[in-house]
Amino acid sequence: MDVEILARLQFAFTIAFHYFYPPLSIGLGIFMVITEGLYLKTKDKFYEQLTKFWVKIFALTFAMGVASGIVMEFEFGTNWATYSRFVGDVFGSALAAEGIFAFFLESGFLAILVFGWDKVKPKMHFFSTLMVSLGSMFSAVWIVVANSWMQTPAGFHLNGEGINTRAEITDFWAMVFNPSSVDRLLHTLSGCWLAGAFLVISVGAFYIIKERHLRYAKSSIKIALVIALCASLFQLFTGHQSAVGVSKNQPAKLAAMEAVFSDQENAPLYLFGWVDEKGQEVNFGLAIPSLLSFLIGMDSETRITGLNSIPPQDRPPVNIVFQAYHFMVAIGFALILISLLGLFYWWKGNLFNQKWLMWIFVLSVLLPQIANQLGWITAEVGRQPWIVYGLMKTSDGLSKAVEEGQVWFSMILFTFIYLILFVLFIYLLDSKIKLGPEDAEIIKSEIGHSK
Amino acid sequence: MEFNLDLNTTWFILIGLLLTGYAILDGFDLGIGTLHLLVKDDLERRIMLNSIGPVWDGNEVWLVTGGGALFAAFPEVYATVFSGFYNAFILLLFMLIFRAVAIEFRSKKPMRWWRQTWDFAFSIASFLIAFLMGVALGNIISGIPIGPDKEFTGTFLQMLNPYTILIGITTIALFMMHGAIYGVLKTEGELQNRLKGWVNNTIIFFVICYVTATMSTLIYFPHMADHFKEFPLLFILALINMLAIANIPREIHFGREMRAFFSSAAAIACLLALFAVGIFPNLVLSNPNPEMSLNIYNSASSTRTLTVMLIIAGIGVPFVLAYTISIYWIFRGKVKLNNMSY
Repeated sequence: MDVEILARLQFAFTIAFHYFYPPLSIGLGIFMVITEGLYLKTKDKFYEQLTKFWVKIFALTFAMGVASGIVMEFEFGTNWATYSRFVGDVFGSALAAEGIFAFFLESGFLAILVFGWDKVKPKMHFFSTLMVSLGSMFSAVWIVVANSWMQTPAGFHLNGEGINTRAEITDFWAMVFNPSSVDRLLHTLSGCWLAGAFLVISVGAFYIIKERHLRYAKSSIKIALVIALCASLFQLFTGHQSAVGVSKNQPAKLAAMEAVFSDQENAPLYLFGWVDEKGQEVNFGLAIPSLLSFLIGMDSETRITGLNSIPPQDRPPVNIVFQAYHFMVAIGFALILISLLGLFYWWKGNLFNQKWLMWIFVLSVLLPQIANQLGWITAEVGRQPWIVYGLMKTSDGLSKAVEEGQVWFSMILFTFIYLILFVLFIYLLDSKIKLGPEDAEIIKSEIGHSK
Repeated sequence: MEFNLDLNTTWFILIGLLLTGYAILDGFDLGIGTLHLLVKDDLERRIMLNSIGPVWDGNEVWLVTGGGALFAAFPEVYATVFSGFYNAFILLLFMLIFRAVAIEFRSKKPMRWWRQTWDFAFSIASFLIAFLMGVALGNIISGIPIGPDKEFTGTFLQMLNPYTILIGITTIALFMMHGAIYGVLKTEGELQNRLKGWVNNTIIFFVICYVTATMSTLIYFPHMADHFKEFPLLFILALINMLAIANIPREIHFGREMRAFFSSAAAIACLLALFAVGIFPNLVLSNPNPEMSLNIYNSASSTRTLTVMLIIAGIGVPFVLAYTISIYWIFRGKVKLNNMSY
């Protein structure tokens, strides 16, 4: 394998691993703000205990996010030095802004959130929870801005010639609010809220099945179901907006998402299928005629650009993007359905007697996580072969000083370490969940006596 | 050479300040890590861990933000250094990962083997992080081979030579001393007495390293002294540095722990200031071809970016300082364990 493939694999692997945790932090953040808000409002110790339980889970996911996130901050320099030289002006600014505006806010108030329960007054503690939640979302803002600039670059000009060409900011706000920033930010955030909400729903349903911590479980599920319904419906809207944006700004990506080969009006929308890239057709597929054209332009006569209108060397891989995109959309609808089912039985008053639904809830924790990963695969693979759309090819962004053996070395170590960490994370999460919210005091005494 | 405070110089100073903030803050929690295995009792180890519990993560943000600021202000340096020092940085990243999860995981399970494993990981990672950072600084002082396209042309093993190893060990000694003083500040009773003993030992260790490092720098890399010859007033930095270090045992003796800690912090700030004056206006010296060095002009972003970033820093930094000071104020005093502790 050459350096390019290895570097891409390593980046994909490290970012995918990292992206399990921040969505949980962002999603749980919202949930904790609600439960602690309820504590302040009702003064009921129950909500304090509930918040404390989720804070511990939050702290665990946060630590994993920090550990795997540091890698991301430096991996542009280690493996993508030529890219870094090219975009430092623009992309570096967004990363630096993330550090100053988001990370300090998040990590500072995290101290109070986790360790400060008896150091500050309840109102101040609630404020800290709010700030941690806000900080985690600010972080998403800057990262999505940076990535969106790679998708739809704006607010810059090119300076210099040959290998010395640099993208330099001409208009900071145009760079920040580039054509895809807002749609993609909302889509990403709402995916994060879903990740958090379904973790809560899953853990709650597990307790219901085991008939433990019932009050905590029921209360958690109800709050999380409301978040889940709002976020999953909102996701439909932001997803639609994003797709319309993609059709305008990155026609090659949209063509790959829906396997459109020739320019056409009345373009169909596939529910599923398997793309034969050579034969330029979709096999085993089920298509709804004209729906794609209609969704993109609110008119079935809307003309969709096909892959054949794009030079062959500028086309992304089609089937991967198609499959990732379609599975993501399918999961999105499944999440709406699960949320609606939950609310329906809650309204009927016998939600917690539906054992089958509880089992679906338990497993549902995986769905938003998978959808989040698939969404990023769609976005990033769909941008290929560009690292910055239309400006720089991925193969031109590599580090020149790094050799194949070095990337093998780091790649193997990353794989090894991340696998261990993931197993340990699941193990600790599992034991925290099994311990439950009411037994927090027991951990203390166990630790106190052990040497 | 003329000194004027233009945008590029301002950013040189700002990144210097970020890294100084990092060295002072993460320096003590890395220091706690290097001393961790010397503490044998589980309860005492928990006290050590919880002394940095609420703050270590925020301390590390200084490094992450420093990295981001370097990327934004001097992208050529970010690209050259991180790709050139590939193996070293990958190792550093692994240590940062292990250290973060070791702190978080350790106290989650009561088993003896579990805790010992993470204690070991935490301590080794702290040592190696301090060492690798010192080695990186050593390489910047001694210079690294850079080609005309601003790419690093050396090898990993070239970077580990007696001089850079010496700077690495000096950094470990510095953080050990700084961590021991922080430990004295946060503990009480018997553990505190032992930590006081370690403050004395680590000061001696550090002073020996520091004197050796200074001598070898002046002998082998005399360019580091050029600005001090030109502007003798700068020698005050070296003087304050020595006074600050000498002041530490005195403050510890009189039980003024906070003042001892500030002395140590002042010593770190002076050391980095001496380093910064020494390398200015270069960021990465090219050795053997000094004309290929990356300096604050040939490796910087556009003027507009530097300006925009200055505005961002101007808005953000007051907030950052406000959070940092409040957090340290809220968690002042001796460590008390409770059910939310590590």
